[in-house]
Amino acid sequence: MEAATATGRPRATARDEATTTAKRLPKQPGTPWWVWLAVVAIVIFCLFPFYWLVNISLKTGADLSSADLVPPHPSLDNYSSILQNSDFTRALGNSAIVALVTTALGVIVGSFAAYALARLKMKFKFILLGVVLSISTFPQIAIAAPLFRLWSDIGLYNTLIGLVIPYLTFALPLSIYILVSFFREIPRDLEEAALVDGATNFQAFRKVIVPLAAPGLATTAILAFIAAWNEFLLATTLTSSRAARTVPVAISQFTGSSQFEVPLGTQSAASVLISVPLILLVLLFQKRIVAGLTAGAVKG
Amino acid sequence: MAAASVSAGTAKRRSGGVPERRLAWLMTSPSIFLIALVAVWPIIYAIWLSLHEYSLRQAGLSRWASPAGFGNYIDAFGDTEFQKAVLVTLIFTIASVVLETFIGLVMALIMATAFKGQGLLRTVVLVPWAVLTVVTAIMWRTMVDANLGFVNTILGTKTVWLGEEPQALIVMIFADVWKTAPFMALLLLAGLQVIPGEIYEAAKVDGASAWQRFQKITLPLLMPALLVALIFRTLDALRVFDLPKVLTNGANGTTSLSLLAQRTFQENRLYGEGAAISIITFIIVMLVSFAYIRLVGGNIRGMTEDR
Repeated sequence: MEAATATGRPRATARDEATTTAKRLPKQPGTPWWVWLAVVAIVIFCLFPFYWLVNISLKTGADLSSADLVPPHPSLDNYSSILQNSDFTRALGNSAIVALVTTALGVIVGSFAAYALARLKMKFKFILLGVVLSISTFPQIAIAAPLFRLWSDIGLYNTLIGLVIPYLTFALPLSIYILVSFFREIPRDLEEAALVDGATNFQAFRKVIVPLAAPGLATTAILAFIAAWNEFLLATTLTSSRAARTVPVAISQFTGSSQFEVPLGTQSAASVLISVPLILLVLLFQKRIVAGLTAGAVKG
Repeated sequence: MAAASVSAGTAKRRSGGVPERRLAWLMTSPSIFLIALVAVWPIIYAIWLSLHEYSLRQAGLSRWASPAGFGNYIDAFGDTEFQKAVLVTLIFTIASVVLETFIGLVMALIMATAFKGQGLLRTVVLVPWAVLTVVTAIMWRTMVDANLGFVNTILGTKTVWLGEEPQALIVMIFADVWKTAPFMALLLLAGLQVIPGEIYEAAKVDGASAWQRFQKITLPLLMPALLVALIFRTLDALRVFDLPKVLTNGANGTTSLSLLAQRTFQENRLYGEGAAISIITFIIVMLVSFAYIRLVGGNIRGMTEDR
């Protein structure tokens, strides 16, 4: 495969990972101490800020004005108060709907296009994929201004569907791009066998490719979901009330005009709560996420 | 790859169902339609808006705007707020991307060495990436908070970090570095892992020092992955919005181009000027993106070739 660059493709990372690493490393009896020190530094760098947030979220009252590394009187009050806050729970629901619908649409519609781009004969493939890639680098702000006007005119302002539609500007290119690289990794033989047996191209896609690409589809769905769950600019521009406000917007609006009004405890508790699902996703699907990220970005 | 070997099916493939080329168009058309609807059309509308004087102040409740030529762009370029936003965005982009690349590279090199427990380390490294940007901003607010935060305690300072002019931008840069350096590390690690180990062995036999091996082998072979990651991050940094919005709402020298554009059209309802600033941001990002696509153009060709 001359087309492969020196960068990681999903297949290479998954299969060669163990062998390459082992081969390249000098066969030392143990890892030198400074490496372990550096590893500890990385772990602290990555995890400490999040620990800090958890720490704040467990503090109440006077503890909230001291910089203790461990809450002196840990309490779950902030969590129970945030869960009773209907603005927040409503935002959670909104976020879940928007992120799930965006993901489903992006992956389904994107998988059709990706299959055609990866497998079928067609003209202008290069241009199409180039357009897809450039759309994925779009600054959201460029569509925020016109949509803000347009949505007000046609009644989509402050609605969930009014968020899902522009979210496709990133979910769709992301899905297409990652799926093209996953589809290309599937051996042709099985598909060819189906075609020889009289299946149509579309049947081959539906019955052979889709089941085989299930891990790739799952990876794509996770990445699209995280992107949609995280989105803030459009969510804050195109919503005005709890009817359509998503979680990032709701949390950011705890931030009052003055720094002294900010209910830091509850804000931190809410932040921890909405990060937990994503951290769980990462814990469960670490390998897939890395494969997807490198397929989408490094492989470029 | 063996995958490319079978070609006998081609003739058969055309016999059943829709012809292949038409099927290809059928399968891509929903995506093409949606992209045109949600991305291309709004951009065209934004360009139209930017060429018109379209504000509540000017047009009242009328839906009609008056043509303004490049007036909005000229106004923007002459506006000190805009000039400052350009400067802030550039400083933020350069500082954060340079730091992220450096820290990410160091992390990737360490991760490539620490083979025991590498999987665990990768999971840990993904945590900052998975934390929402808005949450990252809140996290850093609490860390640098004058009463509650530990940063002043460690540094022995009494700085109101988000309340002073260069400090607020520094916090914003660090928050971004925290969130994205690990992501950078993963991309670079993937790049490192496809460098064949034999090269290192050979260089070692020839007596090359660790630094020489890094300089002469790792860096050049990692360059493609490094460049792609660099441009990828630059594109992201240029459109920064979430961090300044939540950290300071743009106060104390943290208003980025995206934030300024959003404030102009949403809070001040100056649609024309807001759209003009958006389009300027868009053009800047597209110029960098063009470089990116040229760089990975060979890859796209690889992905689209028929085999």
